Amino acid sequence: MTENPKRIALFVTCLVDMMRPEIGLAALKLLEACGCEVVVPEGQTCCGQPAYNGGDRRTAHQLAVRVIEQLQGFDYVVIPSGSCAGMIKVHYFELFGNDPEMKRRMADLAPRIYELTDFLVRVMKVSDVPGQLEGTVTYHDSCSGLRELGVAEQPRALLAKIPGLKLNEMKDCRSCCGFGGAFAMKYGNVSAAIVDEKIHNVQATQSQAVVMGDLGCMLHIEGRLRRLGDERTQVLHVAQVLAGDVGRGRSSG
Amino acid sequence: MRVQSMHFQARAGEKLADTRLQRNLKKLADKFVTARSSVIQEIDFTATRQAAVERRNRALDRLDVWLEMFERNAQARGATVLFAETPAQASELVVKIAQQHDVKLVTKSKSMVSEEMALNSALERAGIESVETDLGEYILQINDNEAPSHIIAPVIHKDKEEISDLFAKVHDRPRLTDIPQMTREAREVLRPKFLKSDMGVTGGNFLIAETGSVGIVTNEGNEGMCTVMPRVHVVVTGIEKILPTFEDFATIVRLLTRSATGQSISNYISLLTGVRAPGEADGPDHMYFVLVDGGRSSLLGSEFQEMLRCIRCGACMNHCPVYQKIGGHAYGWVYPGPMGSVLTPNYVGLENALDLPQAATMCGECHVVCPVAIPLPDLLRKLRERQFDRHLRPNAERFAMAVWGFVAVRPNLYALLTGIANRVLRSLGRKAGRIQHLTFAKGWTDFRDLPTPASKTFRELYSDRVARTASATSAGPR
Repeated sequence: MTENPKRIALFVTCLVDMMRPEIGLAALKLLEACGCEVVVPEGQTCCGQPAYNGGDRRTAHQLAVRVIEQLQGFDYVVIPSGSCAGMIKVHYFELFGNDPEMKRRMADLAPRIYELTDFLVRVMKVSDVPGQLEGTVTYHDSCSGLRELGVAEQPRALLAKIPGLKLNEMKDCRSCCGFGGAFAMKYGNVSAAIVDEKIHNVQATQSQAVVMGDLGCMLHIEGRLRRLGDERTQVLHVAQVLAGDVGRGRSSG
Repeated sequence: MRVQSMHFQARAGEKLADTRLQRNLKKLADKFVTARSSVIQEIDFTATRQAAVERRNRALDRLDVWLEMFERNAQARGATVLFAETPAQASELVVKIAQQHDVKLVTKSKSMVSEEMALNSALERAGIESVETDLGEYILQINDNEAPSHIIAPVIHKDKEEISDLFAKVHDRPRLTDIPQMTREAREVLRPKFLKSDMGVTGGNFLIAETGSVGIVTNEGNEGMCTVMPRVHVVVTGIEKILPTFEDFATIVRLLTRSATGQSISNYISLLTGVRAPGEADGPDHMYFVLVDGGRSSLLGSEFQEMLRCIRCGACMNHCPVYQKIGGHAYGWVYPGPMGSVLTPNYVGLENALDLPQAATMCGECHVVCPVAIPLPDLLRKLRERQFDRHLRPNAERFAMAVWGFVAVRPNLYALLTGIANRVLRSLGRKAGRIQHLTFAKGWTDFRDLPTPASKTFRELYSDRVARTASATSAGPR
């Protein structure tokens, strides 16, 4: 007897929607490849993290209420970003502090929210992935996924399923890249000094690509790599690598 | 200490440009971070940390009760316990004590609370010589009273060469470059001071309520020379440093030295109780505790109470990507790094430290390594909320957030505008796939290119796909 396919809400994130839609498509492909029925709830915009971290609780709260409404009624919610997944799964509780109804809804929803690689490994227990990549890559652990959701082994386990792909770990792969959302704009010089450390460690591995699970960090690392004249090192989302959609992005391909 | 936190941006820029400082700051990661990560495995960090949290919470929940118990027990052993509402009042009390005992020379061991109090300058104004005897603090004092840049390694921002030059100049002796020899030279300068000292001033890592003792954790042994030899010993510390029992102290010390310097145990741990009793060989004739509030009681019962658990190990700054790049001086007051970015706005006023809650990537590593599990990123965010509520952020930022919020709750408008933005970025990025200069995002493009999208928005691509699937289905055979 085959199980009914799991019904998944894919929350693509605002940044992926506007800047790197190929990551959303790759996530869609990966989820469908393992037999999930994927729905992209209409009307999704932003999880509210910029407002939340900017101290604007009211705006963050407004957005959070909408997100919760859109994500009701699915078996799971999958997000190709540790940062946005952490915001919804962990921080919404605090945001709904004294609202028992929203807290109840969160308690129901939160256990079903997953970062993409976490979902593929722990829920779907996927045995293979469509991706093909011949060469060496290194993996950067983005902060929220790592520290709020415990995403560390999952992407590595999935990457290991790609024949020909060699993972060459960099020094301090768990250190922050210095993005930090609005921090990157407000303290651009400090942020750049931090990412230079990361770039140094990436380059030392002589990998053809640095792979990670968060688009914010990607834009930051890629933007700085190019500014420093490195046209060679690719910056890829783990979903792109796993789905085999590596060549699609213009500047990242 | 004078608050300089409003100059954070300018100072951070200077520190980033200081290649020597950048080299010196690497020591943090190489020494402390590496050492901690190996030595912390000697204990069950999670369980010990949970025990420490519980013990610190127990102390703070009934702070008044434990302080009274401490006072009673310290008095019973001949010590005097004084409370000061402000750091300045604490300084006045210490000066008064010195004057009462006709003190000419004070020897000091390391104390960050005495930095809050600006104690050295208060003593100096009263005509009393005060000598720092912790080697790092001594180096800073002879360098024209420079401020410490780290709470446990005050001189981490300097290298050996700078200190060689400084010693040669100030001590007026031949320049040495061998660290043991330089340390010996400092000892030779300090030894006569210890012998002549009338009064020792120390900090206190913890106050133990059940015995009226102070626990002091050090590596150099200078603290013993400040507490045992002079006639008078004054402990200055914060009121939150109380622990109910010795057992609490034992638990927390296991975390303190490992988190701070990556040592299983420091070279010295002193537990000092009361004045020299009749028949005892060592100890001061007079012992005072000057316990400083300085804003601490205002955190009790507030959303920042957890900050008072802090045991001043410095692990949060050692592991902070921002601190690792700019060092402690940029933060502009006594306490740098994540713990300082929470304490400074609370103790000196949010309006005097506007950058500090913002200047964090929220990476969360400070929370991960904190031996008493202080949720530092959450506390920084709470300060950001206060800034927002009190209109202490630029209007442009507020406006941008309001516009974003307005658009993001209107999906159709959002889809329209992000679709336009996507096309504008694509056309600006042209072939290169990136933008090198964008006037309204200078904060970004001054330091990095802005990679641009390669295609339409996900929303548009997805609805194309849905439409294709629908038409394929309707055109297909039944």
